Amino acid sequence: MSVIFAKSKGLTDQETHYCPGCTHGIIQRLVAEVLEELGLLGDTIGCAAVGCSILTYNYLNIDMIESAHGRAPAVATGAKRVHPNKTVFTYQGDGDLASIGTAEIVHVAHRGEKITTIFVNNAIYGMTGGQMAPTTLPGQKVTTAPGGRDVAHSGMPLKVSEMIAQIPGAVYVERVSVHNPRAVRHAKKAIRKGFEYQMAGKGFSLIEVLSTCPTGWGLSPVDSLTWLQENMIPYYPLGVFKTPEEAK
Amino acid sequence: MINERILCAGFGGQGVMSIGQLLAYAGMLEDKHVTWLPSYGPEMRGGTAYCSVVVSDKPVGSPIVTGNATCVIVMNLPSLLKFEASVKPGGLLLINSSLIDKPVDRQDIEVYGILANELAVKCGIPRAANMVMLGAYLALAGPVRIESIALAFKKVFGAKAERLLDPNIQALHLGAEAVTGLRQQSIAA
Amino acid sequence: MPKSLMKGNEALALAAIKGGCSHFFGYPITPQNEIPEFLARELPKAGGVFLQAESELAAINMVYGAAATGGRAMTSSSSPGIALMQEGMSSLAAAELPSVIVNVQRGGPGIGTIQPSQADYYQMTRGGGNGDYRILSFAPATVQEGAEMMMAAFDLADFYRTPVFIVSDGMLGQMMEPVEFPERPLRTLPEKSWAAVGHGGSRKPNTIKTLVLDPGLLEQKNLRLQEKFTRIAATESRFENYRTDEAELVLCAYGSTARIVKNSIDLLAEEGIKAGLIRPQTLWPFPSSAFQQLPPTCRTILTVEMSCGQMVDDVRLAVNGRLPVAFYGRSGGIIPVPEEIVAHIKVLLGRV
Repeated sequence: MSVIFAKSKGLTDQETHYCPGCTHGIIQRLVAEVLEELGLLGDTIGCAAVGCSILTYNYLNIDMIESAHGRAPAVATGAKRVHPNKTVFTYQGDGDLASIGTAEIVHVAHRGEKITTIFVNNAIYGMTGGQMAPTTLPGQKVTTAPGGRDVAHSGMPLKVSEMIAQIPGAVYVERVSVHNPRAVRHAKKAIRKGFEYQMAGKGFSLIEVLSTCPTGWGLSPVDSLTWLQENMIPYYPLGVFKTPEEAK
Repeated sequence: MINERILCAGFGGQGVMSIGQLLAYAGMLEDKHVTWLPSYGPEMRGGTAYCSVVVSDKPVGSPIVTGNATCVIVMNLPSLLKFEASVKPGGLLLINSSLIDKPVDRQDIEVYGILANELAVKCGIPRAANMVMLGAYLALAGPVRIESIALAFKKVFGAKAERLLDPNIQALHLGAEAVTGLRQQSIAA
Repeated sequence: MPKSLMKGNEALALAAIKGGCSHFFGYPITPQNEIPEFLARELPKAGGVFLQAESELAAINMVYGAAATGGRAMTSSSSPGIALMQEGMSSLAAAELPSVIVNVQRGGPGIGTIQPSQADYYQMTRGGGNGDYRILSFAPATVQEGAEMMMAAFDLADFYRTPVFIVSDGMLGQMMEPVEFPERPLRTLPEKSWAAVGHGGSRKPNTIKTLVLDPGLLEQKNLRLQEKFTRIAATESRFENYRTDEAELVLCAYGSTARIVKNSIDLLAEEGIKAGLIRPQTLWPFPSSAFQQLPPTCRTILTVEMSCGQMVDDVRLAVNGRLPVAFYGRSGGIIPVPEEIVAHIKVLLGRV
C-alpha cells in the first residue's frame, strides 16, 4: 500500500486548541511542510506571538520563542542577529501584528531583516473573544463594535501587505488565502518562497494569509469559508505586492 | 595636601571642557585622585559650557564644584556673572580679559585678568586661549606639572594633534608668565 | 594595563565588551548616549553586533530574542526608557533569560529632566513589570566600580539565568575618572542547553515561553523562581562600610549620593561629630545584614537619596524599628552638596 498523505515531521503529535473550522491549523501545517521540505526543521527558530498564534510552539516541531504582544519581529531580530545563518520567522495574528505591533513590523521590514513573517489575518481578535481588530471589515459585528464597525468612528481597515510592500527592505510580500484546496496549495507556494528568499539572504518577506474565525464571526465552519471569500477577499485582494526583482 | 576644585567656564568652542580634561588627565598621570564632570544638556550648543575638575590626594567624593571652588576660570562675561560667587574665600578667579572688561566686586579672593586671546595669537594658534588660561592656573596653584599636561595632551587629543603640541605648550608658558608677573606685583604692593 | 580617564558611560560600554557582551540593542536617550555610541564603534571590532532599535520596547525584546538564542545581550537606557522596557524585563525574568540592562537615571516623573536622579529605586528593585519577580541590581559609586560590576554582570546573568541591572545616573555616566580593566576571573558557567537555536534533529524542540495557563503549574514555577531569588539574595548582597566605627549617626546612601555623603561625613569629623555610611552596592538584594551590625554608639539612621524617598523604605525594613530612620533627599535633577547634608545632620542631632 502506498502512502498518499502523511503528517509532516514538522508537526508534533499535540492536538491543537483551535476551534472547529479555524484555519490556523492549516496554515501551521503549511509552515511545517515547507520547513520539512526545505530541510530546515533542525535549523529554524520560530517566534510565536500573543493571541491564537501563541501556542504555535506546541504544534511545530522546531525550537520556538514566545514573544510579548506585538513584539515578535523584535524578538526575531534578536534571534537572527545572533544566528544569521539560521532560519527565523514570526507567526503573528492581526491583533498582534496590525495593532499593538505596528512599530515592530514596520521596522523589521525597514531594516530589511532577513526573516519571514507569516501574518494570519482573520479580521478579529479571536483569543480574547471577538473584539474589533484594525483589520475588522466595515459593518462587521464584533463585541467592541456591536453595531458593526463604524468607519467614521474607527477608520477603515488597515491593509498590511500594501503598507509593508512600500518599505524598501521588504523584498517579498504576498497575500494568500486558505478558503479552498486550490487556495491552500497556492498559499503553501507563497510560504515556501518566503523562506527561500530568506535563505538566499534577500531581505524581509511577509505572507499575509486570510484566515477564518468561525467562533468570533458567529458562523459555521463552512459559512466562514464562504464569508471569507465574499467579504474579505474583495477588500483584501489576493496577490503579490512585492518581489525581490521589484525591491532592487 | 592637594585638594583642588576647579570650575572652567566659557561658551561652546572656547575649549573649557578640554582644559578640564587635560588637567584631570595630568593629575591621573601623577597618581592623584581626579574627576572631571561636564555640564550637559540642551544648552550645550552655543550657550555657556562648564566643567568641574577635582585633583586631590584623597579619593574624590563629590565631583561637583559649586560654592567651594579653589579656582574658577572664566572665558567670557556670562561665565563670570554666573560663577564669580563660586570661588571660595581666598580662592582664585582667572578672567579672560580679552573678552571681559567688567570689574570684579569680591575683595576676598585673588583675581587675575589675562589677555588670553592676544597671547594665544602670539603662539600662532588663536584658539589656544584656553591653554593660556590653564598655564596661568598651573603657575598659581600648580597641582600638576606642565610636562604632565604635555603627556596628557597626546592622550586626550590623539596622535593627529601632536603637531599642535609645541605651540600649545608655549601658550601654557605665556599664561604662566603673565600671572607670575602680576602676582609678584601684588605681593610687592 | 595603565589607567585611562573615561566617562562613566564609556567605561561601562568598554567593560561590557570585556565582560563578554556579544549583542547590544538600544534606543537613544540622554544621559546614556555615550554607551550606544561607544558600542556602535567598538562592539563590531570585538566581533559583536550593535543594532539601534526603533524604540525601547523593541530594544528590550531584541535583547529577549538574542538571549533566548544564547547571545550575551544587553541594552542601556535612562529612566523613561526603562519604564517602557518593564514589559520586557518581566518577560526576561519569567523566561529566565540572562541579559544586562543599564539604567543611567535622570529626574522624573514623566519626561522630567535629563539631569541626574535616583528616583528609579522602585523601578530597579520592585520593577514596573507584572508578576512576582526580582532582578539582581548593582549600584556603582565610581567609574571604576561600575566597570568592575559590568565586567562581572554577564557571567552572573549566565550563572543564575537572570537579567542583571546596572544602576547608574547622569552624574556617574557623564563624569570622567581614572579606570582600569583587570582581567575578568574565569567562572565556570552552565551550558545553555535550553536555548532556542534549532534542534538540529537531535533533540526535542526547546521552547522559551512565559505563558503557563494552569494555575497550579504557574504557582510551581513561581515557587521555583522564588527559590532562585532567595539563593541570589543569600549570595550576592553587597555593601561598603565607611567610618561606621563609633558613629553616633549612620547614613545610608548609594551611587553618586554616597560619594557626596562621604564628603559630608569627613566634614562632620572635622567638627568632632562621628558619622558613618552604609553604602549598598546591590539594591536588590538590599544588604539588610549591614543594619544588623550597627555600632552600639549609633542612635539614628539617615538615608540620603536623589529622590523624594524610596530606598528609605528598605532601610526602615532592615532597621525594623530598632532605631529612628530619617530621610534627606533632593530631586528633579538637583545633586545635593556635602554642606547642605552636614547642615541637615546638625539639625537632626540637635547640634546647631
